[in-house]
Amino acid sequence: MSGRRVTGRAARGRLRRAAGRGLGFVAWRLLQALLVLWAAFTLAFGVLYLLPSDPVTIMASGGGEATSVTEEQLADLRAEYGLDQSAWRQYATRLLDAAHGDFGASVQTGEPVRRVIAEALPPTVQLTATALVLAVVGGAGLALAATYTRLRRLRQLLLSLPAAGVSAPTFWVGLLLIQVVSFRWGLLPAIGQDGWRSLVLPSLTLSLPSGAVLAQVFARSLRTALAEPWAETARAKGASRLRVHFAHAARNAALPPLTVAGLLLGNLLSGSVVVETVFSRAGLGRTTAQAVGAQDIPLVLGVVAFGAAVYVLANLLVDLCYPLLDPRVRAGRAVTA
Amino acid sequence: MTVPDTRPGAEDAAGAADVAGAEGAPAAGESPPLLAVRGLRVAYGETEVVRGVDLDVCRGETVALVGASGSGKSTTAHALVGLLPGGGRRTAGRIAFDGEDLAAAPERRLRERRGRDIGLVPQDPMVALNPVQRVGRQVAEALLVHRLATRRAARERAVELLGHAGLPDPETTAVQYPHELSGGMRQRVLIAVALAAGPRLLIADEPTSALDVTVQRQILDHLERLARESGTALLLITHDLGVAADRAARTLVMSRGEVVEHGPTAEVLGNPRHADTRRLLAAAPSLAWPGPGGRAPAGPAPAGPAADPGRADPGRADPGRAEGARAEAGRGGELLLAEGLVKDFPLPRATGRRALRAVDGVGFHVARGETFALVGESGSGKSTTARLAVGLARPTAGRVCFAGQDLAGLRPGELRRLRRRMQIVYQNPYSSLDPRHTVAELIGEPLRAFRTHGRRERTRRAAELLDQVALPSAALRRRPRELSGGQRQRVALARALALEPDLVVCDEPVSALDVSVQAQILTLLATLQRELGLAYLFISHDLAVVRQIAHRVGVMQQGRLVETGPAERLFTAPAHPYTRQLLAAIPGGRARAEGRP
Repeated sequence: MSGRRVTGRAARGRLRRAAGRGLGFVAWRLLQALLVLWAAFTLAFGVLYLLPSDPVTIMASGGGEATSVTEEQLADLRAEYGLDQSAWRQYATRLLDAAHGDFGASVQTGEPVRRVIAEALPPTVQLTATALVLAVVGGAGLALAATYTRLRRLRQLLLSLPAAGVSAPTFWVGLLLIQVVSFRWGLLPAIGQDGWRSLVLPSLTLSLPSGAVLAQVFARSLRTALAEPWAETARAKGASRLRVHFAHAARNAALPPLTVAGLLLGNLLSGSVVVETVFSRAGLGRTTAQAVGAQDIPLVLGVVAFGAAVYVLANLLVDLCYPLLDPRVRAGRAVTA
Repeated sequence: MTVPDTRPGAEDAAGAADVAGAEGAPAAGESPPLLAVRGLRVAYGETEVVRGVDLDVCRGETVALVGASGSGKSTTAHALVGLLPGGGRRTAGRIAFDGEDLAAAPERRLRERRGRDIGLVPQDPMVALNPVQRVGRQVAEALLVHRLATRRAARERAVELLGHAGLPDPETTAVQYPHELSGGMRQRVLIAVALAAGPRLLIADEPTSALDVTVQRQILDHLERLARESGTALLLITHDLGVAADRAARTLVMSRGEVVEHGPTAEVLGNPRHADTRRLLAAAPSLAWPGPGGRAPAGPAPAGPAADPGRADPGRADPGRAEGARAEAGRGGELLLAEGLVKDFPLPRATGRRALRAVDGVGFHVARGETFALVGESGSGKSTTARLAVGLARPTAGRVCFAGQDLAGLRPGELRRLRRRMQIVYQNPYSSLDPRHTVAELIGEPLRAFRTHGRRERTRRAAELLDQVALPSAALRRRPRELSGGQRQRVALARALALEPDLVVCDEPVSALDVSVQAQILTLLATLQRELGLAYLFISHDLAVVRQIAHRVGVMQQGRLVETGPAERLFTAPAHPYTRQLLAAIPGGRARAEGRP
């Protein structure tokens, strides 16, 4: 084996390692995020455009009031949407446009998809953000209370709640809340969107399944953490239960629920479809439901891409939070790189 | 083994320290003992594990509570401070501490006592520190929870305490996280935590089993000094009678939840009446070993090189392993060669220094069929050296050759193939085996990873391997938690042997085990070496263990290899002062000096 070959290989190895470290964790994760986005777009494109049905016929019959459309008109439409071209060419054009944020125009209104989404977004952001806060506060609070209490009955009751929350369907909870809180008690408005009062019921409904999952995961990891030997070390110092719980166990137990929270953001977004429909709120969820109903394909593709972007971004943020919570993740990166 | 019933303290200055502790013995003192336990019973569910223990500890006294694993000694210790793990409860008994019955005290009162009056040094340092908090903060917490210092003062005091506990660079350690410290360093941190609030009683649960002999002595000397100066009493829970012999004025021996023997340490060790005491005595490697210049080991496992004349030529290839000799001829059977190894670790910015040099120009070789032991204190770089040797970490400088091939020059695929021939057995058999897998799956895992055997073949091979490590084939279906520590280490060994390696790196393979089990595992290692022609790179802090297994020994200190030589020569005629210091620090040394075995 010649010396040059050896050093060549060693150099390549060094380069690889340097790429792992020097390029950095963040850049690597960004690259992954882009890959996921591209995959989501491609999949949605495949499903929507390459299915056996003819998108133009669907558009022509579903989008407008015209009942009979001539072949010529259909051909014109195809040309307008670029559908007469090969699938690859269409895909390439769409992808390139999408990369610039251009998803074409909505079939229903003719407005650019980007503007439709941007206009529908604020109320949905309000709803999902409130729901996220409720889910995190409620879920974490429930988990902390359930593991902290020494009353066995109470603990069992609290720990059984999340299972119920996960299994209750969102629309049913929404209708139940409307029935009881709005109609019977008359406390809060059932529908519409003016002021915080109209936000309470929908966000509560939306947060329930997510909060329940968070509570389950966090309670479990808290119980594991509290049984660790280092928790005993803390107790042996004379630390109070409260201190062991919050100053030691909570942060150690936070990683699994954090991971779940990233995934749940996607759930919240898709849950807004049901909740906005049940509570008659305007927003991205309702827009999506209408777009699907009207088979407004460019709009659906835009919403899918947007949802994927939010999802990817949320999980990227979660990944970036790990090293802040657990120093071993920092070290692990340096060692395994 | 005959032992003259000498009173400790009639001998040297070190023995006098024992007497200082003994003065507070119950017979002599008029004041009531600091801790008086009467009829303590603890049960897990229906199973009673502590059955009526009586125990006295006087002010400033050192008492040893000795027993094999499962004897209830550790449970007793935890019951004293009301820290039984889930499912455990005290069913009867009085625990009078300084006149107050802790068994009847409310949790709030117990909490005030914990740490402040009674410190606890836990057992397994690897898992006993909060992994997401800096070490200094964890020490300072012990002061803060009892409001003994302001935040700032507590931080400064924490650094001091870390220094007292024997950490060489307390300022750096204080800003590090537990995973950045070795096991020994972590145990020293835990000792700093336990001593922080200046307790009157320190309960140390196997405090030094993970520590190097020299540090054991430093720590225990420190505890003794503390006891003398401030009247801190020490309840030492241990399985090592050598530790008890050196330190404790009185010794209690526990077996199956009961105290079966108690009295002045010299009497208990000199005239053991209970079978368990005799067993513990026979198994203690530190007491069985005669010391430098003494006669050949009389311990239960004389598995050292001298026991097997066939080992005189370690380079000799075993006929059954002829294929193992493969193509790397010309090196004279030299299997592993390390030259000028250097390894730097980056340090956190707060310390002001760039890097920590863990390994500093280390070179050695391991021949086929030979055991080369690296000994040194924790933090001496011996584990890092082992990781470099098998290519698990990249050296900053220097090179490693395995079977004539330079590891640095290999492609990942080639390195992986070469790794088949070097396997590792880790210190902790509890954490190195995945609890969800059965033994058959655990042993079959490397076979699956390298796709050497089909599914059915794997089970057959797993049974064969179990047989090699002397476990019944019924164990195949068990899971790790159903096995004892010794059995688990046998499983770990079987897994390491699955791919028929040429070299097995043993990283403290027996230091997490009971002494009697240690001896069995060491014997097994020697037998396997004879039968399979294995080479061992044996990492240990325990010289008594190394003496039983190694052909050649390298002594490491602060990243450097200060002395290398044949085991016999090194133990009988150590050249380097540090080696002499290590030899002198083996526990049981005082007992030996007094003419015990």
